[in-house]
Amino acid sequence: MKPPLLSLQGLTKIYPGVVANKDITFDIADGEVHALLGENGAGKSTLVKAIYGLVTPNEGQMLWRGVPYAPHAPAEARSTGVAMVFQHFSLFDAMDVAENVALGMDNPPPIRELSARITEVSNNYGLPLDPSRMVGDLSAGERQRVEIIRCLLQDPQLLIMDEPTSVLTPQEVEILFRTLRQLRAEGKSILYISHKLEEIRSLCEHATVLRHGEVVGRCDPREESARSLAEMMVGQSLHTPSRLAAEPGKTLLQVTDLSVASPSAFGTSLKSVNLKVRAGEIYGIGGVAGNGQDELLGALSGELPSAAASIQLDGKPVGTLGPNARRALGLLCAPEERLGHAAAPDMSLTENALLTGAAREGLVKKGFVGWSKARDFAEKVILRFDVRTPGAHVAARALSGGNLQKFVIGREILQRPSVLVVNQPTWGVDASAAAAIRQALLDLAQAGAAVVLVSQDLDEILEIADKFAALNGGKLSAPRPVQGLTMDQIGLMLGGAETGDADVAA
Amino acid sequence: MEIGSLNVVVLIASLMVAATPILMAAIGELVVEKAGVLNLGVEGMMITGAVSGFAIAVTTGSPVMGMLGAIIAGALMALIFGILTQVLMANQVASGLALTLFGLGFSALVGQGFVGIVPPRTAKLDFGPLSDIPVLGQILFRHDALVYVSLLMVAGVWYWLTRTRSGRILRAVGENHDSAHALGYKVRRVRILAIMFGGACAGLGGAYLSLIRVPQWTEGMTAGAGWIALALVVFASWRPWRALLGAYLFGGIMVLQLNLQAAGLRFPVEYLSMSPYLITILVLVIMSSSRARASLAAPGSLGQSFHAAG
Amino acid sequence: MLRLEKRPSPSRAWNYATPLVAVAATMFLGGLLFLALGKNPFEAIRLIFWDPLFSPQFAAYSRPQLLVKAGPLILIAVGLSIGFRAGIWNIGAEGQYIIGALCAAAVALFFYPAENPLVFPLMIVAGAFGGWLWAMIPAILKTRFNTNEILVSLLLVYVAEKLLAAAATSFMRNPDGGGFPGSRDFTRYPSSANNEIIANTGMHWGVVAAFIAVIFAYVLLQRHLLGFQVRLAGQAPRAARFAGVNPARLVVLSLGFSGALAGMAGMFEVSGPAKLVSIDFNAGYGFTAIIVAFLGRLHPVGILLAGLLLALTYIGGELAQFMLGLPAAAIQVFQGMLLFFLLAFDVLSNYRVRFSMPGRKAEAA
Repeated sequence: MKPPLLSLQGLTKIYPGVVANKDITFDIADGEVHALLGENGAGKSTLVKAIYGLVTPNEGQMLWRGVPYAPHAPAEARSTGVAMVFQHFSLFDAMDVAENVALGMDNPPPIRELSARITEVSNNYGLPLDPSRMVGDLSAGERQRVEIIRCLLQDPQLLIMDEPTSVLTPQEVEILFRTLRQLRAEGKSILYISHKLEEIRSLCEHATVLRHGEVVGRCDPREESARSLAEMMVGQSLHTPSRLAAEPGKTLLQVTDLSVASPSAFGTSLKSVNLKVRAGEIYGIGGVAGNGQDELLGALSGELPSAAASIQLDGKPVGTLGPNARRALGLLCAPEERLGHAAAPDMSLTENALLTGAAREGLVKKGFVGWSKARDFAEKVILRFDVRTPGAHVAARALSGGNLQKFVIGREILQRPSVLVVNQPTWGVDASAAAAIRQALLDLAQAGAAVVLVSQDLDEILEIADKFAALNGGKLSAPRPVQGLTMDQIGLMLGGAETGDADVAA
Repeated sequence: MEIGSLNVVVLIASLMVAATPILMAAIGELVVEKAGVLNLGVEGMMITGAVSGFAIAVTTGSPVMGMLGAIIAGALMALIFGILTQVLMANQVASGLALTLFGLGFSALVGQGFVGIVPPRTAKLDFGPLSDIPVLGQILFRHDALVYVSLLMVAGVWYWLTRTRSGRILRAVGENHDSAHALGYKVRRVRILAIMFGGACAGLGGAYLSLIRVPQWTEGMTAGAGWIALALVVFASWRPWRALLGAYLFGGIMVLQLNLQAAGLRFPVEYLSMSPYLITILVLVIMSSSRARASLAAPGSLGQSFHAAG
Repeated sequence: MLRLEKRPSPSRAWNYATPLVAVAATMFLGGLLFLALGKNPFEAIRLIFWDPLFSPQFAAYSRPQLLVKAGPLILIAVGLSIGFRAGIWNIGAEGQYIIGALCAAAVALFFYPAENPLVFPLMIVAGAFGGWLWAMIPAILKTRFNTNEILVSLLLVYVAEKLLAAAATSFMRNPDGGGFPGSRDFTRYPSSANNEIIANTGMHWGVVAAFIAVIFAYVLLQRHLLGFQVRLAGQAPRAARFAGVNPARLVVLSLGFSGALAGMAGMFEVSGPAKLVSIDFNAGYGFTAIIVAFLGRLHPVGILLAGLLLALTYIGGELAQFMLGLPAAAIQVFQGMLLFFLLAFDVLSNYRVRFSMPGRKAEAA
């Protein structure tokens, strides 16, 4: 029998204190789309980095068509026939598409020749790209194309894709899948990493499920249900967040004609955004990363000032107020970037509790910090939100993503906000922490607060939000009730087709 | 061509000489910053180059050996910075300052036996009849070889950064070190090499100052030239040809200011000699106030430490 | 093979130990340097670090000098450390020091020869104001035009030095000085003299100000919200904005604070130890203070100790110069090395050094 394209045999990778991969064994055949399934932190990324030569495993071996394969650098992997599309793109904003592609190749042809080939290959695979455009100006979907074309130009046998759809609209996902199926028809193999189950069921014929760094299941995903896959991945039956239906109350947050210029060169400015959130309501804002999410959060938190009347909190204009003045009035935020934005990585949890809790928790008197009060507040957050840490003296960066996120969200919720704005509250968080965070947001809304949930995870929005609006190119669509909304409709909204659809606005 | 007591042709010819040291240092620093590293130790590397070039030239009697020695000394100084910031993950601002403080002390120590000595002369290039062309010949064809070397450096760095693969890799490392690492490029190695190149250029610039421009060794003789070179990189928006333009503008100001001093205006010398520094500040203000452009031009990872996990 | 691995939390032990290790390493390499210069390294090190304090022959003169030299270093370094912690790099303290001294001298010369107890306090205010003003230039250019404060503050040192030269040779020159450059001697004008408070201790008003600054900075950083904001802005600028810190305000405050302290240091120096405005009365304290700030780990108490240590190297250096003929520049090199070693060993507080065997994977394959 012909040996498989790539065979992993007992791969183990140990980091100090963490076993990232333990005794991983599976095969990838020619012309196969193989799914690698697992939660955040299950060890998927470490494993593919080992295949791509970025990480050297401690034990085990790999065989490429039956021959030992142990890449020490990505260049070695590439010359063998392995190519990889990264989850966080390995692109350079201030360089053009052709230069970016050339940087990912080991022996690139001269730029002019390369540009012609980019145009040709990108059209063949239905992913048109202009080689002379600056990458910083491209949308997330287009940036992914650059990565894919970069790989395809090297004619790989195995294409690794790490969470490729997390930045795409449903329509863009369709285009991508068409390309991937075309590649499979050409006999190429794809290792497809995701935690999105529906995608895997529609695309892949084999799946290997990882949990805590170990293989816990192998299956044909087409024969499994999304639920059975999920339980294999999580290892327990999932707790679905629940809430009682409640009548929304008065309008707490009203944003009218909000336009804010982005502070960064490649950012997206907000263009005349309108939204209205009532007490007891969760207002979901979907959209692909880089469409103005950071700017919207900054404008609402007070980091980016705007016209006074463009943001009204319970009827009071707050657009010109800074973050602390808004906090005093009850408008609280939890930004996406945990380390460096929501929390200071090298500071203790006590200091991080002070970071946003100074005013509302009375941690500062006449400019002087009450450190024991700050520690009490931090400990309260740790206790109430089940943050796993040795104590409040620990630096924020020492916590896992899920625990730090629970701390950040808990810190805001315990300050009894009247309006809470969260951006990507469960990104990179394990399933049980994600469920706890979603439940906490539901409980908060239940208690009468208005919640704005900005997320790229559509499932999350559909699960807990009451309304859905799409952010596209800095513009926010009119909201629609989540109930009865289909994926196709959402896709159109995310693509910007549904703006100005006033008759369904609530 | 004379305006008042100033001879414009002589002025232009001498501004090229005055600009050459800062141009060399600035081109070197430009490459360093393009690789994403901010080395504030230019002044220290320059003065180390100035003293070692001078000392070697005097001892061996050969200015060429002096220049080579200065290049090596500058690169070695830069290597200290490279090891501190790239291997030991030290703060770049602090390490650059340390380099300057150390360089000033080190050069004073080495140079104490060389004060008041005249170095061996560096010959001017012979362009034959070309140098006799009126005006143009005097401006363009009556310099020492290093003036032309500095121009070649500008052209070479421009070509290298924009047209070659290794130049592209260097820019990629400076633009986004995480991406470059993910693609398998050796971020640290590229940066250390760039830092050493920057040191070599600064060292050569320093030696030009002590062996040709002045030519003499005095303590602290770079007098802020390294800092002006740093400002020049900002002025140039990280583009080599604009660094040339900027260097010649500064050279012009320095020469003009010296000429006015010599002309014996009834204006105190001290105020005139402030002008290069004040004008540098003014230029920095103008360049950085157009914010959008400045942030686009600056390398994305400039000044950030890189530590690969795993 | 050696490999660095980031610690989950910074190591407290190494944080305290690195300055000591750096001093030890500098002594070792410095000893080699002295050896290379043909001096007995043990004698040189003893002359620098031991004799100024304990030798029966020199201590009587040297000991008071310790406070005289440490005073300005500590005063300036405390100011700088606030900005450094916030990621705001004022490296032009030398210029602010000079301008502070010139402003204070102007006040004294204005009142000369009238005796008035208010002259000295007024000079302190003028010194602080002068330094503050000079530091406001980079501060305002930074906040208004986003201009790099490192380059501007440094370039202004050269401008200040030219101004000082002009002052000493022309507009502040002593009319009774027989044409020599330099101003009147402020120690001979009782209203402006910054004399020793306790005889033979070196304790003058500048030293008192330095101690007050240490206590003030300690309280600010440990207890006050502003100190927290300073640290936050330095460690995580985005988080600081999220916490409501106004970056422009922080730039103005920290540059202004460090400028005022540097200006005060200049005032105390020119009216006391330096006696008069001369062309080179500034002894590079503004730059050495940068080393002091880092060696003291940007912590007020650390700076106090580091300032005393660096003062010792100045005095000991002079002693070694006098006794062994050690060049003055050797001490400058010595101080530079100290900063290098400090930065190098600093890696240990944030990273763990691990030994790994690159041969392992070859066996596995």
